[in-house]
Amino acid sequence: MSARWTLSLGGLVVAVAALAHAAGGGMSLPRTIEAGSAFSIQTPGSGNARLYIIGTGQVLKRDVQLGHALFFAAGSLFNAGHYLVVLAGDSSTETESFDVVPGNRPSNLSFLAKPSRLPVGLHDGITGAVYVFDAYHNLISAPTPVSFELSSPSGTVQKRATVARDGAAWVQMDSTAVQGVDKFVARVGDISSARIVGQVPGDPCGLKMTAQPSGQQVLLVTDAVRDCNGNAVPDGTIVTFTETYDGTQSTIDEPLKRGVAQVTISARNGALFSVASGVAMGNQIHWEK
Amino acid sequence: MTKGHLLAGLLGVLTVVLVLIGTEWPVPSAVAYAGGGSILRSSSTPEAAATNLADEIRTQAWDKAYASLANKAQFTEGEFKRDLTGYYPSLRTYATLESYEVFPLHESADDAEIRVKLHWSTVVGTSVSTHDMQMIKNGDDWEAEWPIVREVVVPPQVIAVNYLRWDVIYRGPGDDWGIQDVEAPHVRIVDMHPVERAEGVVILGELLNEDVVPADVSVTATLLSKDQSPIATEASFDKISHLLLPKQVTPFLIEFPNVTLSQVGSVRMVPISTLVSASADPVIEIGDQQLNPAPGASLTGQLINQSGQIVNVAHVLGTFYDKTGQVVWIADQYIDRALLPQTPVPFEIHIPQDLASKVSSQRTVVATYSSGAAQ
Repeated sequence: MSARWTLSLGGLVVAVAALAHAAGGGMSLPRTIEAGSAFSIQTPGSGNARLYIIGTGQVLKRDVQLGHALFFAAGSLFNAGHYLVVLAGDSSTETESFDVVPGNRPSNLSFLAKPSRLPVGLHDGITGAVYVFDAYHNLISAPTPVSFELSSPSGTVQKRATVARDGAAWVQMDSTAVQGVDKFVARVGDISSARIVGQVPGDPCGLKMTAQPSGQQVLLVTDAVRDCNGNAVPDGTIVTFTETYDGTQSTIDEPLKRGVAQVTISARNGALFSVASGVAMGNQIHWEK
Repeated sequence: MTKGHLLAGLLGVLTVVLVLIGTEWPVPSAVAYAGGGSILRSSSTPEAAATNLADEIRTQAWDKAYASLANKAQFTEGEFKRDLTGYYPSLRTYATLESYEVFPLHESADDAEIRVKLHWSTVVGTSVSTHDMQMIKNGDDWEAEWPIVREVVVPPQVIAVNYLRWDVIYRGPGDDWGIQDVEAPHVRIVDMHPVERAEGVVILGELLNEDVVPADVSVTATLLSKDQSPIATEASFDKISHLLLPKQVTPFLIEFPNVTLSQVGSVRMVPISTLVSASADPVIEIGDQQLNPAPGASLTGQLINQSGQIVNVAHVLGTFYDKTGQVVWIADQYIDRALLPQTPVPFEIHIPQDLASKVSSQRTVVATYSSGAAQ
């Protein structure tokens, strides 16, 4: 709506409100209406007039014959909020107001799950927040029961039940000890919304390598790299091999492939090999032919 | 005619005269910088011959430079040029010779040894190459024997590569509010240490990608005064390895010129990470790393490309620790030659003189760029 229309409408509202106050009211209308429901307004007197219903984001205008009821079909008013009713006749103007409230039947959920990826075994690591809306996307402010369910591929299910207040409810869940893709569901009545949460392995734990001759070089191979919960650390994770010999050092950052990392490195008598990944240190091998 | 017109006329005539004089009898340096020849014409001394050669390299007069060499029969002009500009695309390929220095090492009646330091201007700063040349007297003139370094020829072969690659699908612009996007990688600053240097305050630290996906990272620091008002904000820029694979650690260095540590009350650090598509290839071995003591303290070693693709630009970052394991300095070097498969390329990172005695250990990482490769 243009600024000019807004100003005109605002001026009209102020003018008719003053006139109505002087004339007294006679319209009959409900104090509250559920969003989207049908309703009627009974008008007083006789003759012709024009009825305005003005609210947030919605304005209705009807020509009415005074003394009769004016019917509004379902879906006429759907935005929750406070509405002003103005009945403008030839000789007088009358105003009333009513509220459009959200419906009680949840129809839509906005579900925010954070994070979408986290390490296993993290207490209160997953947060779910849900916002409950009616069929016309009005936030349902009445207390509404909400249930949350986090299920992991291992079959573990965490459930929480709470009540949405002022349209919002939230919950914290633990990540389980097993890696995989969890399904996180928020449910209100028969409405539900699902999100995916990836549980990934933590830091490598008990990192161990072995060394064996490979021609003129040494082949260093790690055991299958796992975190402290026994989950296989994913391929691509960098493992750093270091050779220290006679004051010099050689390093190779090698990504895990099929669960293990391996490199061939120069074989020098007395060399010390070590292995690490991120902040996790592994074993050391003193190389003697 | 007014005095103003007379003065304008005189100035115009004077300008024309000076242009004619400059064109007819130009100073040698002007000719050289215009690409019309070298500053020194005579090669009657070893230093003059070396200077002429360097000047011809600067003006990219490859034919003249090659023709002036005493050992040109040992290699072609193309090999000579590629020795200087690189056999494969690299930082040197797009560099220009900014300046040079000539140092006599030894001289007798018939031969001499000259060291030439060439200062190349590259996209990431100045790169210096040093060449020790034997100078031979040929009649009245001296000629240089160019110490050519031929590129190692990698035998034709197939190298099977099966390293991982990560691709990312982000949420679309039309997705509803509340639809989750792919999570940014979780990164953590595992060490941070402000130090004061002559040029200002420097923040040293290390950043770990503790996630299972690759991350494009940077670090921003804000110095706060004792009353918590911000003094300055700077980022790590190129003193960091921006691509971090899972569990990889990079050092970072952030400079605050013209700030003293006494002005600083606290530091606010912000690590920034973005999920990016990446490849675990190539793998670079950093071999024979050695800390060399002062004077001229440095970290030397060699890079060995263990993959099949050519690495065009390599950036070596050295983190130096004291005996307690605290970071005391971070330094870097760009390698101006391409890394060929299985071919060692040396590097040398200089350590500031005043910090050399504090350095007890080091950790080196290398970031790479390959043109045409999927990053």
